[in-house]
Amino acid sequence: MKKLLVSPAPHIHGPQTTKSLMRDVIIALVPSLLVSIYFFGFSAIKLALVGVVTCVAVEYVIQRYLIKCTVTIGDYSAAVTGLLLALNLPPNSPWWLMLIGSIVAIGVAKLTFGGLGQNLFNPALVGRVFLLVSFPVLMTDWTIPASWFREGIDASSGATALSIVKEGLAQGLTLDQIFQNHNFSYMQMLFSKIGGSVGEVSALALIIGFAYLLYRRVITAHIPLSIIVTVALFTGIFWVVNPEHYTDPLFNILSGGILLGSIFMATDYVTSPMSKKGMVLYGVGIGIITVLIRYFGSYPEGISFAILIMNAFVPLINKYMKPAYFGKEVKNG
Amino acid sequence: MNTVLFTILSLSILGILLALILYFVAQKFKVEEDPRIDDVQAILPGANCGGCGFAGCRAFAESCVKAETLEKNFCPVGGNEVMKQVAQYLGMEMAEKTPQVAVVRCNGNCDNRPKTNNYDGFSSCAVMSSFYSGDTACKYGCLGHGDCVLACQFDAIKMDPRTGLPEVDESKCTACGACVKACPKMIIELRNKGIKNRRIFVSCVNKDKGGIAKKACAVACIGCTKCQKVCAYDAITITSNLAYIDYNKCKLCRKCVVECPTHAIWEVNFPVRVPKKETSPLVEQ
Amino acid sequence: MSKTFSIGGIHPHDNKISKDAAIENFPLVETAYISMSQHLGAPAEPIVAKGDKVKVGQLIAKASGFISANIHSSVSGTVRSVEMLPDLAGNPVQHVIIDVEGDEWIDTIDRSNDIVKDIKLGKEEIIKRIAECGVVGLGGAAFPTHIKLTPPPGKVADVLLINGSECEPYLTSDYRIMLENPEEILIGVRIMMKALGVSKAYVGIEENKPKAIKSMKGVADKGYTDIKIVPLKKRYPQGGEKQLIDAVTGRRVPSMGLPIDTGAVVQNVGTALAVYEAVQKNKPLFDGIVTVTGKCMTEQRNFRLRVGTTFDTMMFAIGGFPKDAVKLISGGPMMGKAVACMDAASVKSTSGLLLLTEEETKRGPERNCIRCAKCVEACPMGLQPYLLNRLARVNRMEELEENMVQDCIECGCCLYSCPANIPLLDTIRLSKAKVLKIMRGRPKK
Repeated sequence: MKKLLVSPAPHIHGPQTTKSLMRDVIIALVPSLLVSIYFFGFSAIKLALVGVVTCVAVEYVIQRYLIKCTVTIGDYSAAVTGLLLALNLPPNSPWWLMLIGSIVAIGVAKLTFGGLGQNLFNPALVGRVFLLVSFPVLMTDWTIPASWFREGIDASSGATALSIVKEGLAQGLTLDQIFQNHNFSYMQMLFSKIGGSVGEVSALALIIGFAYLLYRRVITAHIPLSIIVTVALFTGIFWVVNPEHYTDPLFNILSGGILLGSIFMATDYVTSPMSKKGMVLYGVGIGIITVLIRYFGSYPEGISFAILIMNAFVPLINKYMKPAYFGKEVKNG
Repeated sequence: MNTVLFTILSLSILGILLALILYFVAQKFKVEEDPRIDDVQAILPGANCGGCGFAGCRAFAESCVKAETLEKNFCPVGGNEVMKQVAQYLGMEMAEKTPQVAVVRCNGNCDNRPKTNNYDGFSSCAVMSSFYSGDTACKYGCLGHGDCVLACQFDAIKMDPRTGLPEVDESKCTACGACVKACPKMIIELRNKGIKNRRIFVSCVNKDKGGIAKKACAVACIGCTKCQKVCAYDAITITSNLAYIDYNKCKLCRKCVVECPTHAIWEVNFPVRVPKKETSPLVEQ
Repeated sequence: MSKTFSIGGIHPHDNKISKDAAIENFPLVETAYISMSQHLGAPAEPIVAKGDKVKVGQLIAKASGFISANIHSSVSGTVRSVEMLPDLAGNPVQHVIIDVEGDEWIDTIDRSNDIVKDIKLGKEEIIKRIAECGVVGLGGAAFPTHIKLTPPPGKVADVLLINGSECEPYLTSDYRIMLENPEEILIGVRIMMKALGVSKAYVGIEENKPKAIKSMKGVADKGYTDIKIVPLKKRYPQGGEKQLIDAVTGRRVPSMGLPIDTGAVVQNVGTALAVYEAVQKNKPLFDGIVTVTGKCMTEQRNFRLRVGTTFDTMMFAIGGFPKDAVKLISGGPMMGKAVACMDAASVKSTSGLLLLTEEETKRGPERNCIRCAKCVEACPMGLQPYLLNRLARVNRMEELEENMVQDCIECGCCLYSCPANIPLLDTIRLSKAKVLKIMRGRPKK
């Protein structure tokens, strides 16, 4: 007779697996990647390739030969880290910078903590911040490499909107003057702001990716929206008080890495809170810290640091921000 | 130069201040404790296994110091040696116990006990036994997911990959009883180690009627009472189709081992039998 | 805007492929194996012995203890023996084995097809009749119905909820009776309302069954206006007692509480039909509607099946065990039990037989938790399954209790939604049992 399969209920399982979730994240990054390839050409392809290959290779080598455990490269999580790190670097970064970043991201930030699911900090961001601190000149060199469609642009005119504003303010200019000098427009920022890291080029491409992630139920909108709303409100307050010196909310959301950070970096499963309430608090925290760094810190952009700082609070948030359970303090009239 | 001086000075002052605070806090919150507890704990093996019935070695030491006799306190891991030292230190009498060892009473390996269904779930005996009788026709036998192995702190129990059954390493087993508690089928038993570590036991816990038991597993105890009849010391009892050998009464004569038609009774650590011409029913099979 | 419960839940594909198969009578079997443990609580005690002649509907086992139910013969013939046989999980249970001879029913059963509308019996008599007829909840747990209809002292019921949601994928037995016997069900609901002394009743039906809603509404509008048909959104586990109360009335059962704490009593539509048959037709509960389905099968069926039919017989009757099927489930795919022993027999609460292929049911290898919070999102009780799983694996009982493991309804949403195939429910279920044992062992305040 045939041997039956016996297992405890439930007997059917959902369509999502770790692999499919990670694959969806990669798919969601494709629009941004395509736009950046359009603008930065071979340089963007090179960074993405080096990032993905190094991350996967480092994970494989460490798991196979160093800690001798099951190799988990098959779930694409290392590839996601590599791709995210590539999108977070300046387009003109040399390949070895990407290599070092990847080794730090996977080797130090992920596997020393015990691999997928155990790391406290977002690996890609640890990689990025490590590079930012170790190679500050390279990491703020916004020179734009030549692509098939355009010629290279030198560092000064390729600089990010945020750093232009910061420098301009430091020189004692008013915002109006800076804006006039550099001819910023929101439409340009939405479709193709050239200054910035590889993945920041087009806000629209990032939003398309966000929509895809929501549609596939990979992430919920809690974290990205709470970050964006917080940034908008918080900068709005400053802007209303002193529009001469502080940039307006829309500029703040569209410039720099807010979208990339809030959609792809802050929503990293492992390093974000578990409950909805916790997610909102986490997002609000990131928003506030980002704005504080932008306005008062020495770096023009602060979302990487903000996410890493809030990552450290996640265990605490998980401990105290539990979901409201069904049977709690029931009042029946 | 001044900077260095000030740094050293300020840090030293800070250190002294903090040391003073720590000292006073330690004085203020000092808890008076019997110093003997520490000494007794030092004698104990320090495995914190809970085999004695207390939360850990510290709790056991505390209860030893407080107790008036050591009759109820026994550390199975340290055994008589350690208890003798504790008793000597505390100036009390100790109750000597025969050393014991964990014994797995199931021999239903893949050949003896064919599988009747495939299990697909969390690899845990407790989970498996919580919702069905197991993946073989024997509902009493070992499930083979190694809850006992996880429970053992002394690395004394291991799954044998060939048989799919746990095996006890006698030299490492301390008879703490953790595996006995972990086994949901209650297959593991603590038995006396016996003279020269020799033991005889029924390696089966199947309570089904003979026919059903035999169908499920080739080496099941079928409750035929042959062993009971052959035993000269009244050591074997049969309850609900299952034989049980009382280790206190057993004189290790090995007559039952030969008699058992299904080879459910095991002898351990005996010298190999010299096959005699007249009586060799076991060797032939 | 249709109603639904407020926290968590999942949306598995409903796969109601057997919904168009009309209910047919299952052919008589040669031997019936009637289990004495067909309900929650103490097993019934057999009152027949080897050689006794029994008729269909004759009492063969009496309830023993407070929570227990009578058991009646589902066939006519001679008792072969009373012995211990494995149930579907392989554990030994006492069975009465009857060799079938003909199909002779006891005289008291009204076998006509007429619908009896008048409820002649009084409150006490109804409950007595339901107990005599051995009616149990047919929603899954098989809790004796007469006890559920007698609220404990100090508790008053003010509303009766009827679960017609059938939120389990695949199953269509409740759907079929709602289409074929809507009036009988509504009379059954009326009987239970009378027994409870309540004036309001709601029947919750999920929106993926528009025909059932239409059929029930059509009858309810004509003379049963005190019974409201409530369309509910399709969402699992809508049919869970606590979820249904939340969905329909907005009340929430407190932690460790019973539905009656909110003044609600929940019954299944199948139970309502059984109550109707017991009270109006004097027919004890000895058969039930069973869906036999599976994507690997060529034909989908809905049977009226007598209690005591073995799974083997059923598989034979539908043309043998399909080739690619590896798992046979008694009940739905989310909370049903996998059959380990094909010789086991159906019981009163058997509502479906589901055959799944390896591809549909096999669990993937367990991977690291990626803390995606899908389980937290899915849990209808607002618990944190990932955390409970971690605590359960290291036996941290106090923390498990603090995190409300005892509130788990074992619906399986967490395991269903886990992308890493972590056996969340397996470990939680086990630790829940341990925690409940500790809690019950404590002296009451």
